Amino acid sequence: MKIKILEDRCKGCGLCIEFCPKKILALSDKRNLLGYKIVCWKSPENCNHCGICYLMCPEVVFVEDGEIER
Amino acid sequence: MPEVFKLPKSLKKNIFHYCPGCHHSIVHRLLCEVIDELNLRDRAVGLASIGCACFLYFYIDVDIVEAPHGRSCSVATGMKRARPELVVFTYQGDGDFAAIGLGDSLHAASRGESITALMINNTVYGMTGGQLSPTTVLQQKTTTTPLGRDPKREGFPLKMAEVLSNFEGVAFCARTAVNTPKRVIETKKLLKKAFLAQLENRGFSYLEILSTCPVNWKMDALSATKHVDKLIEIFPLGVFKDTFGGNSEI
Repeated sequence: MKIKILEDRCKGCGLCIEFCPKKILALSDKRNLLGYKIVCWKSPENCNHCGICYLMCPEVVFVEDGEIER
Repeated sequence: MPEVFKLPKSLKKNIFHYCPGCHHSIVHRLLCEVIDELNLRDRAVGLASIGCACFLYFYIDVDIVEAPHGRSCSVATGMKRARPELVVFTYQGDGDFAAIGLGDSLHAASRGESITALMINNTVYGMTGGQLSPTTVLQQKTTTTPLGRDPKREGFPLKMAEVLSNFEGVAFCARTAVNTPKRVIETKKLLKKAFLAQLENRGFSYLEILSTCPVNWKMDALSATKHVDKLIEIFPLGVFKDTFGGNSEI
């Protein structure tokens, strides 16, 4: 399963970064169309798909690849 | 094990308008997951209140009606009595449920109307600019209490879950929070139970969810989420009334 970060939805609140048990997420310097700094992978190979980022993300940024066809 | 990384079917794909770190959208997602799991999408009717959640119809793909400020429980009563097969829920804030709508809410609860009321308690009036609400905690600074809430002048916070648990018409009454992953999972279970109470016609079901308001608390998203732990000392979490009994399956 590949997890996709929907960059348009992210508001850079940092809840996923705080609660990620493996600490593999970080804020990037890139900004999205809303002007927020977006979350990015620091080391995606360590992800064990626990789903805590999905549970805590207020904006439903983390979805399975192919879940949203925009 | 909850299903993760899958967008709930009844959640529309619009981008939320809430501020970064607001817990409204976590509750929206949980609500959609529960509606999907109980297969209520065709017959659920939501009552959006006045407040930040008044645009509920942009995000949840069920029928949503906008009630006047505080009157959600009364409008829901009318709907449920006219069409008992519908599943009616209200989605209100603390200013809506506990301030201007206190009479409507308490009487709907004491009549034991078979509706589900969700109250998002973030201890301020979020949309109108952070004024004092009935649930504002002592010493909290708001725009109308710049020196902090003084019990001699503004009184004590109103604890709605404890109040409603004494009512005979209330079937299910609980308070929960969504500031840690564990509490998010628990909230989903309680949300499901609140809807099951209505589906079994047990009476009024009430769920209070402690939320954040980072902008009006003048904090960033992370410290606001951690600040909810301090609110829990004042508003204890738990199930205050449960007519299902202790061993019911969720």
